[in-house]
Amino acid sequence: MDTLLNFIVAAVLAATPLLFGALGEIITEKSGNLNLGVEGMMFMGGVAGLAGTYYYEKAVGEPNAVVSMIIGVVCAFLCAMFGAFIYSFLTITLRANQNVTGLALTTFGTGFGNFFGEIMGNAAGGYVSVGTVIKAAFDEGIPVLKDIPVIGKLLFDYNFMVYLALGLTIILAYFLSKTKTGLNLRAVGESPATADAAGINVTLYKYLATCIGGGISGLGGLYIVMNSANGTGGVWVHNSISGYGWLAVAIVIFATWSPVKALICSLVIGSLSVIPYYYQIPFIHSAIYEIFPYIATVAVLIIMIFRKKKSNLPPASLGLAYFREER
Amino acid sequence: MEAAAIQLKNLTKTFGSVVANDKVSLEIRHGEILALLGENGSGKTTLMNMLSGIYYPDGGEIFVNGKEVIIDSPRDAFDLGIGMIHQHFKLVDVLTAAENMVLGIKEKGRLNTKVIGEKMREICEQYGFNVDPDKKIYDMSVSEKQTVEIVKMLYRGAETLILDEPTAVLTPQETEKLFAVLRNMKKDGKAIVIITHKLNEVMELSDRVAVLRKGIHVGDLVTAETNPQELTNLMVGHSVTLNIERTLCEKPVKKLEVRCLCCTNDDGVKVLDNINFDAFGGEVLGIAGISGCGQKELLEGIAGLQKVTGSIIFYPEDGKQPEELNGKSPMEIIKRGVSLSFVPEDRLGMGLIGNMDLADNMMLRSYNKGKSPFADRKTPAELAEKVVEELEVVTPGIDVPVRNLSGGNVQKILVGREIASEPSVLMSAYAVRGLDINTSYTIYNLMNEQKNRGAAVIYVGEDLDVLVELCDRILVLCDGKVSGILDGRNTTKEEVGLLMTSLGGEKEVSA
Amino acid sequence: MTYENVKKEPLIRVAKRPELSSKKAMLIRFSSVLVALMIGGILILALGYNPVSVYAGIVEGSLMTPTALKATAKIAVPLLGAALAIAPAFKMKFWNCGAEGQITIGAIASTYFALYQVDNLPTPIFFAVTFVVSAIFGGLWGLIPAFFKARWGTNETLFTLMLNYIAIGFVKYLRIGPWMDKGQMFPKIPMFSKSARLPDVLGVHIGWIIVLVLVIFIYVYMTRTKHGYEIAVVGESISTARYSGMNVSKIIMRTMFLSGAIAGIVGWMLVLGTNYTLSDTTANGYGFTAIVVAWLAKLNPFVMVLISVFLAVLQKGSNTIQTNFGIPASASEVLTGLILLCMLGSEFFINYRFVFRKKTVGGDD
Repeated sequence: MDTLLNFIVAAVLAATPLLFGALGEIITEKSGNLNLGVEGMMFMGGVAGLAGTYYYEKAVGEPNAVVSMIIGVVCAFLCAMFGAFIYSFLTITLRANQNVTGLALTTFGTGFGNFFGEIMGNAAGGYVSVGTVIKAAFDEGIPVLKDIPVIGKLLFDYNFMVYLALGLTIILAYFLSKTKTGLNLRAVGESPATADAAGINVTLYKYLATCIGGGISGLGGLYIVMNSANGTGGVWVHNSISGYGWLAVAIVIFATWSPVKALICSLVIGSLSVIPYYYQIPFIHSAIYEIFPYIATVAVLIIMIFRKKKSNLPPASLGLAYFREER
Repeated sequence: MEAAAIQLKNLTKTFGSVVANDKVSLEIRHGEILALLGENGSGKTTLMNMLSGIYYPDGGEIFVNGKEVIIDSPRDAFDLGIGMIHQHFKLVDVLTAAENMVLGIKEKGRLNTKVIGEKMREICEQYGFNVDPDKKIYDMSVSEKQTVEIVKMLYRGAETLILDEPTAVLTPQETEKLFAVLRNMKKDGKAIVIITHKLNEVMELSDRVAVLRKGIHVGDLVTAETNPQELTNLMVGHSVTLNIERTLCEKPVKKLEVRCLCCTNDDGVKVLDNINFDAFGGEVLGIAGISGCGQKELLEGIAGLQKVTGSIIFYPEDGKQPEELNGKSPMEIIKRGVSLSFVPEDRLGMGLIGNMDLADNMMLRSYNKGKSPFADRKTPAELAEKVVEELEVVTPGIDVPVRNLSGGNVQKILVGREIASEPSVLMSAYAVRGLDINTSYTIYNLMNEQKNRGAAVIYVGEDLDVLVELCDRILVLCDGKVSGILDGRNTTKEEVGLLMTSLGGEKEVSA
Repeated sequence: MTYENVKKEPLIRVAKRPELSSKKAMLIRFSSVLVALMIGGILILALGYNPVSVYAGIVEGSLMTPTALKATAKIAVPLLGAALAIAPAFKMKFWNCGAEGQITIGAIASTYFALYQVDNLPTPIFFAVTFVVSAIFGGLWGLIPAFFKARWGTNETLFTLMLNYIAIGFVKYLRIGPWMDKGQMFPKIPMFSKSARLPDVLGVHIGWIIVLVLVIFIYVYMTRTKHGYEIAVVGESISTARYSGMNVSKIIMRTMFLSGAIAGIVGWMLVLGTNYTLSDTTANGYGFTAIVVAWLAKLNPFVMVLISVFLAVLQKGSNTIQTNFGIPASASEVLTGLILLCMLGSEFFINYRFVFRKKTVGGDD
């Protein structure tokens, strides 16, 4: 029983960064922009969040937990958004190829994260690390409630970012299906020409969706850098975010661009990545466990072939640039 | 006097070196239906796109209700009460009719489909439409989609409605219904523009006609005071009597025997239903039908590009055994001299590569000849030179990407290449799509040459006048079935038109 | 009725530009690289270093001594090889992001022979066999996503990426599992014996000659052969390819096999020529950076030579500035990313031009 409980908790913790990445990418792709730079934006978000909290701690000496949470989230969001802005500018205004621009953003963002992570480390004389208060802020669950037996551990012992991700999922699901702005956004991704003819400012929607989406994805990077159960715990480790961004992109596809399904898919992939720590699987070498999420992703890519329903298809204009006067 | 709903003064629009509209001045009035008449490519749609905010004019002014305005985006057009129904409907497929209504309307907050549905019903009752607000667009027929488009414009308070070729995709009954609705709207004081190249519609529906020719506004007439002949003359510039040379086929040799051909598309709809016909060398077999009733599938089926059931027997040059083509790969079919050129709506999509130069495009047919792993680039280059010279293709050279050429020149290259391979069956679909009359004639002559050479020519066309003049026999398709095979010399376009729209008794005339 | 439409014509409009001469286009691309280096320079300046001396340090640390030159070449060779591998796939608009994995699989195949078969085979045969086997395995690894793409249109970008992680995960398994060097504290795969190491020519393993031959091969293959023509057509328009009777599935699979095979050969030279062992980082990101190289070179093999050398200089030089200035070596990644982003942006100026406002209506003039 204890193992199961621990396993579920670990799975949720492992799923959260993926969920952030996927939610951001869903918003982005709903606008018709295929931003493959999720990983790069996660790196950017991660390093900026770490920098924000680290320098805040240095400045005040005695950091406040809530303030450091806010600083971390805001810094990560803004920096990742900056990455997404570069992508938007290139693909929307300058009409560059979305695929390659996304890959370029990954290269740039990865370098950006590692570079500044190491710069901070050099300045700190070795490696950069935040203090216990901030570490706890990104690790600990809800006071009092978390001490309820079983239920407390199952529901209330997560760090605040888990609840943030959950809240975002609900907000995005509502936004996309129940609001006029959400409807307009879907129209932009499905058929920009139609949206344009309907008087929707396609460019503005694409920019906003991509930038906000990028910011949300960046929070996934922050989570990995700051959380100690499923990350590096407030320390910059070279290439620590590698792989997460791509899994997030994959989750978007399995989730058929639905935020709620993205939550479920993240949990599945998350639990696959922690299963070896809780359950022994006979005949399979422990090193093989690590590639489970990737194998599962490939498997789902293949399964997706056989369930092509109209409501499951990607936004129809995904990956295409829009230029009103193009003939 | 009341100011015109919309007044255009000297509107000009160019695309690269092509002048699409040259100083066009025009008035659109309330309570009137204006027909904007012109051939394909005469600049009708471009002109109206400047009103709907899709294009921005290079010069000239637009006045709405007497005030000069700038229309920089579709949103501006909406705000000015101008709504355009494009040929390709601007609807989002995965949304419902009601959701499509409110796209882009500047209201924030919750989406209430009930309220929208109610308002839609009011509009429908007022003008006589019939729409289900909760139906998804992808589940709708073409005519339903068009209705949604019109309701959408009214929902948004359009005072001026522009319809681009609205009847092209409709059945006669649906057309009648549409016309009735348009008349209702006219009575209500709306200004209506219908873009068309069909004279009968102009005569039947409009109050006034504006004629465009090659981007120039050449005539503005009151419908009641004109006649089709005058309009045709204005439209094509000089009085044309279609006079295509049609030689008699001396000894028709059977080249293709199509039996029981059926095809089901991805959605499970039967798009070809038991098609039977023969094609003979030395004749032009025309295929007529409303767009999308199986022409594409038929030709692609013969070319091996579309999965079909039934048999397609090919009779090679004298002596050799007849062969079954169904089941062979496209490459094998091409090697037997069965060639297909299909001009899609974007003109490039199938058959040519926009980013490649003329010579490389010529290679598409011939690159695979011979055993060498290396591609022969000399022969195609020579061929390109030849096609450019013989068909008078206007191009700076053969090393220019095809996309830089104008539509007519692109099509000359496409047809020229197919003919150069000396096919024994030449299938050509929409070869004159968007071409001016002169270029069209060049292409008709090319097909006639092939016929006289002994090839079986299968020609899918849109213009019934041409089909009746050009073809030896005309096969009429209706909803994936053959509704008749007519003798081209003894038929009228009315007869063809009738068969296109209804499944009358089967009519077979021996060739 | 009144309309409040007194807005001006927008200040700047964008219009398609008539064909630009290739000379001018190259000039624009070249200046975009300069812009990227300038942005990088400003960044360096902001961090409190002198950009001129940092850039000079990069050049010095990568080109000015024979040792540095050799080290740079050792980076440029696999990078160029991987870029050549990617080129045919990219030409086909098949976004092969899996060179990393294909390199790794090729490396695994060679490593098996280097560890267990080297004593049973005469040296030339050993190299020939490993070369072929690496190519085949790399090719097969590339064939998997191609098969699914050709048949069912699965997303190749994700598929190839996932295969990277699987290939690298498999190396980890080999490292702590069956191929572990028993005599070591830290689990790693043993170093190869001397006879399993590629000979040097002019101080760099023989792989460089092979890669240069591949440059010619890919150039001829892409521009002179029927296969090359088919790849170009499929890349431009699948429907046109079908109309011309091409077997699109076959072309996609064949091209990806070739792409993977060349990547496999890069894996071969990395384990036998550079590292003399197999590790998780054998592919070392070459597969990813190669995407940049191929794209910057517009898939022209000869330009790829220049670009891969250029990026190798950045990479090797960045290691030097890490030691000399204390600037992290990741600076090369940032610079590479910047250059690529600027190049992507510059394409716009090649294809479009700006039209400035001519008139105003109704508003204040």
